[in-house]
Amino acid sequence: MGVFGFEKGFVDNQFTQLQKLRDESSPGFVVEVVSLFFEDCEKLVNNMAKALEQQIVDFKQVDSHVHQLKGSSSSIGAARIHNVCIAFKTCCEDQNRDGCVRCLQQVNHECIQLKNNLQTLFKLEQQIVAAGGSIPAMQ
Amino acid sequence: MTGGEENSDGGKTDFHVLVVDDSTVVRMVHRMLITSLGLKVQEAKNGKEVVDLHINGAYFDLIFMDMEMPIMNGPTATRELRAMGVKSNIIGVTSCTFESAHKDFIEAGLNHCVSKPLTIAMISSFLPDSNNK
Repeated sequence: MGVFGFEKGFVDNQFTQLQKLRDESSPGFVVEVVSLFFEDCEKLVNNMAKALEQQIVDFKQVDSHVHQLKGSSSSIGAARIHNVCIAFKTCCEDQNRDGCVRCLQQVNHECIQLKNNLQTLFKLEQQIVAAGGSIPAMQ
Repeated sequence: MTGGEENSDGGKTDFHVLVVDDSTVVRMVHRMLITSLGLKVQEAKNGKEVVDLHINGAYFDLIFMDMEMPIMNGPTATRELRAMGVKSNIIGVTSCTFESAHKDFIEAGLNHCVSKPLTIAMISSFLPDSNNK
């Protein structure tokens, strides 16, 4: 079920590991942590946008927000977002404002895509469970 | 108690783990991974909370310490804990890929340093072979 996300690189093994945990302990865990991640992501993106709009950009500030996002995205297995963060960090270190703005747009785009994909995934899983089925564990 | 939240699941062991990270998402993920292994886990948001927990008499068998945190970062907190005589196994966890950053953190008194993300395999590798069975 989550294969399409995995194959396109949206999520990696870390996400699979978390899904396996979901079956063994708290069933709402993955949905909960993913929602928390997107809330966090939105806040960080807004803060970064504001920082990049300033006349004199505080690249250290932007970098610390990127660092936060890098850590949380790797922890839930949001691979593509994590990869953009790596490039984003380099732009911050180079104090490259245009580069940073492009990276921020990419982060935003990847967040929206991932959110849509995961919402589809969770809906499908809900339907399966409601119909009396069970979700197979991904290898 | 200031800072930590006790998540006692009536676990199979008396092995206490402390997760230290300023990101709520990261703490939540690490807590779930550790709980799934049947271990008891507590959380702290920064280095100062860790130090305060220990000043108040807490003890942990294993501590996962993030490197970059506000108020008090991982290396500083680690140095303080060691200065206080804390002998727990402290594992540094960092998003930083620079070798030099790992080296500084290790020199602060870590037993080991790993890169994010934490996985079950990694956590298991830091557990003793038998836990109070």
